[in-house]
Amino acid sequence: MIPAAFEYARASSVEEASKLLSKFGEDAKVLAGGHSLIPLMRLRLAQPAALVDINGIKELDHIKEDGQKLRIGALTRHVTIHNSPVVKEKLPLLAEIASEVGDNQVRNMGTMGGVIAHADAAGDYPTLALILDAEIVTNKRTIPARDFFKDLFTTALGPDEVVTEVVFPVANGPHKYVKFRRRLFDWAIVGVAAQKMNGGWRIGLTNVGPTPVRAKAVEEALHQGAKPEEAAQHASDGLDPAGDLRASPEYKKHLARVLTKRAINQAEGRQ
Amino acid sequence: MAVTQLVGSKIHRREDPRLITGHGHYVDDFTRQGTAFAAFVRSPYAHARVKSIDITDASKAPGVVGVYTARDFKGLLAGTHPAAPAFVAEKKYVPERFPIAEKEVTYQGEIVAAVLAENKSQAADAANMIQVDYEDLPAVMDLEKALEKGSPKAHLDGPDNVCWDFTYTGPEITEAAFKEADVVVTQRVLQNRLAPVPMEPRGVIADYEGFDQKLTIWMSSQNPHFIRLFVSGALGLKESQVRVISPDVGGGFGSKISPYPEDYLVPALSKISERPVKWTETRSESIQNATHGRGQFYDCEVAAKKDGTLLGMRVVQYVDVGAYHGTFGAFQPVACLMAGGAYKWKGISARTIGVLTNRVPTDPYRGAGRPEATHLVERMVDLVALELKMDPVEIRRKNFIQPKDFPFTQNFGLVVDSGDYDKALDKALDLVGYKDLVKKQAELRKQGRYMGIGFSTWIELCGFGPSAATAPATGGIALVESAQVRVTPTGSVIVYTGTHSHGQGHETTFPQIVADQLGVPYESVELRHGDTAEGTAFGYGTYGSRSLAVGGVAISRATGKVIDKGKKLAAHMLEAAEEDVVFEHGSFHVKGSPDKAKAFGEVAFASYGMNLPEGMEQGLEAVAYFDPPNLVWPFGTHIAVVEIDAETGSPLLTKYVAVDDCGNIINPMIVDGQIHGGIVQAIAQALYEEVVYDDETGQLRTGTMIDYMLPSANEIPPILLDKTITPSPTNELGVKGIGEAGTIAASAAVINAICDALSPLGIKHVDMPATPDKLWKMMKEAGK
Repeated sequence: MIPAAFEYARASSVEEASKLLSKFGEDAKVLAGGHSLIPLMRLRLAQPAALVDINGIKELDHIKEDGQKLRIGALTRHVTIHNSPVVKEKLPLLAEIASEVGDNQVRNMGTMGGVIAHADAAGDYPTLALILDAEIVTNKRTIPARDFFKDLFTTALGPDEVVTEVVFPVANGPHKYVKFRRRLFDWAIVGVAAQKMNGGWRIGLTNVGPTPVRAKAVEEALHQGAKPEEAAQHASDGLDPAGDLRASPEYKKHLARVLTKRAINQAEGRQ
Repeated sequence: MAVTQLVGSKIHRREDPRLITGHGHYVDDFTRQGTAFAAFVRSPYAHARVKSIDITDASKAPGVVGVYTARDFKGLLAGTHPAAPAFVAEKKYVPERFPIAEKEVTYQGEIVAAVLAENKSQAADAANMIQVDYEDLPAVMDLEKALEKGSPKAHLDGPDNVCWDFTYTGPEITEAAFKEADVVVTQRVLQNRLAPVPMEPRGVIADYEGFDQKLTIWMSSQNPHFIRLFVSGALGLKESQVRVISPDVGGGFGSKISPYPEDYLVPALSKISERPVKWTETRSESIQNATHGRGQFYDCEVAAKKDGTLLGMRVVQYVDVGAYHGTFGAFQPVACLMAGGAYKWKGISARTIGVLTNRVPTDPYRGAGRPEATHLVERMVDLVALELKMDPVEIRRKNFIQPKDFPFTQNFGLVVDSGDYDKALDKALDLVGYKDLVKKQAELRKQGRYMGIGFSTWIELCGFGPSAATAPATGGIALVESAQVRVTPTGSVIVYTGTHSHGQGHETTFPQIVADQLGVPYESVELRHGDTAEGTAFGYGTYGSRSLAVGGVAISRATGKVIDKGKKLAAHMLEAAEEDVVFEHGSFHVKGSPDKAKAFGEVAFASYGMNLPEGMEQGLEAVAYFDPPNLVWPFGTHIAVVEIDAETGSPLLTKYVAVDDCGNIINPMIVDGQIHGGIVQAIAQALYEEVVYDDETGQLRTGTMIDYMLPSANEIPPILLDKTITPSPTNELGVKGIGEAGTIAASAAVINAICDALSPLGIKHVDMPATPDKLWKMMKEAGK
């Protein structure tokens, strides 16, 4: 398919990108890796009037250690995150998640900022950002992840706001991301992230609602000393997932429970 | 002199360096100077009345050459979409089909308007500006409801939704068998609708030259000669005025056999606009509009004795025809004729019902009817075994047609030419380690794990096909095959075949045969195909695993004719009697005097000279047509091993073994590749793929590769292959087709393995695709 016509501008700095976004107005979109946006445009499901290409802003492509924090630039590609020794040491769960995004082509082009700003319910990074209380830094402000993801494909970002980096806490205790999908390159039908941190568990669910879900009931049960299989029964508490061709709502809820148990067990080195 | 033995050698595919480095020539790689680009406006509704079409804005859009609706094509295109009788001699109702809808649209994707513009983007933009006013009508989606009295109709003007209702053999044929039966098993078996998804979507370029009244069409097709026949007829041109060129074709799987609306509209647009016109299908258009495969269900009953002897089968096939009769859509009822599989039956009653719905038409898809037959009979045999608590291997052995029985006339009068089914089964059991697997299964079951072993002892009929059988099926043209072998003065050889490769490797295998037969270097033999202006008068295309078993034999016979002429000339040159001349290893010599010889090249050169025997014409070339006396009958055994995740229902294929018999083999590497590809396609049907439409609105829900679950290499287990070789007695090469075998065999093996895995839960049957969600629900229900 052929996208509808659009304006194109390449920004060389965040300021320029923001100015361009203001200039083009609400129908402008930021182009980072393009692996979600361009397919939508080809199907004419998205018809932005303008694309502001941020691929030339080199300072957005970075991984920085900052005390007990890890700052990932918005333009950092999945492949870079996956291969980064710093990420592997300080936040190995992020490296693991990055290694399982899409296929090689997607991992070579797709970016941290793109996934966060696109806010697909099946995106993997948003779940991690949410459960680790990460912060999303823009050219204007810093937004806690829990306030960032508003709805399906909807975030707290303003029209001329550009994600510049995502700041995660360091966490290198037991961890696992279980991504259930039929094909290796697919999005998660359901994904579960488990990270042990400061003595407690952080459990997050992907693609069981319009935004990522933190399974607080599971965390609480674990905190109270429940066994993983008992605690995992709470993973579907309060969930009302939409069914699709891959999975019915009941199956998604069932997967949330099963995969939560597996994520915790595997994080602790059990099968 | 070295003896060449190319036939049987793993020669690397000659076409691969070109294709895998991006140097192939597909239709989209060509553009004529002055080309206008076409885009089509398609119905978003499954069924609707077209009230009006407003082209005002689109006509004024930048770069637009013209906007056209049905009216513009009325005087230009005649006739209706061809619908071959195939295996159903009588049809009840075949809706008229004009390539562009005027008053009523009957499937999502049906064309209502066309745009020509200076470039692709402008054409796409203008197409989006056309305003069509539709009145939504009820969509016919469910086959059983469609057959009920008072059902909405897929076509407003149709009498009902029955395209055909044909009984091959009535219930009386199986009365005795069912009376005698100790057990009767009954099952409905579904065949999920599949999109063909060739790597290269379709594409058409047409250049109508008004002064000469010549039309040249470049298109991605499996059979360019038939396209020439259909398109010339519709446009009122002589076949001789039309040339169809089908360059490299990136897959077809049956979806590029029949003509499509665009195949008529693009040439007509070239005529109207007096410009070359190009259209390349998008991936979304391909999933939506390329003819789909399968889309059927079967109601089946099998009668058997306590000892496992199969007695009788009653089968009713329901085919989702789609909104129009696909040109070869009625080929799919061959499933009825093949429903007996590799076994002996006292009687089989078979009836096929073709139902019109508001979906895109179905047509042959790799295997076409034979995968359905295999899936059905292999499922039913397993159900009988389960009922009788018999080993699935034993029930198969007990009922196999035996080697001494061949040629074997089966229940529908088809003559199975050869086979040794036990041999393939034995080899496969060995290869998979059956005894150990059964032990392992027992252990895993104790641990609450669900492991299953599934069999498919498949047979196939292919190589269409004897003129007596196929001429009535096509409506007149016998499916034989033609070849022309031309030898140049310097001894190089050009072979023309009427088949056309869309991935089969003909440029490699056919020259292997010719080079061996002529004793010339492989490199000096070229294969040409896919252009109606070259080679023989008519070619029949590639489908139904026919190219080698029919086309290859024609090539071999044309080569034989060249040798015969060469022998006459060599005898003259050697001053010997023709009957004393022997042709061996590329050289003609006098019997008993190997030194008194003329090399093939010398004879070729001499054939263009002046010193010829009296009455002999210059040149060295020959044409042959091969009309096979029978079909050919490959067979084999496939075994799948699966484990199903007890918690998630996710099926994991852990092992796959296939032992296939396609008779003599020209190139084992290409045979292995064909089997691999076929198996993967059937695993895909069994576990992943399904075209899903909304039950109510008829909207396609699997319109992109995100939702249409084509698996990738990651999802496929290692496939272990072996073979037996039982040469076909039907042709002198002893060959059978192998292009569809994997697809015909594999879905049954996978689903049988899943059913075996779940049998401890009392689950007897699982339909395709066996998705985790579906299996989890079944397991949950069964566990209650």
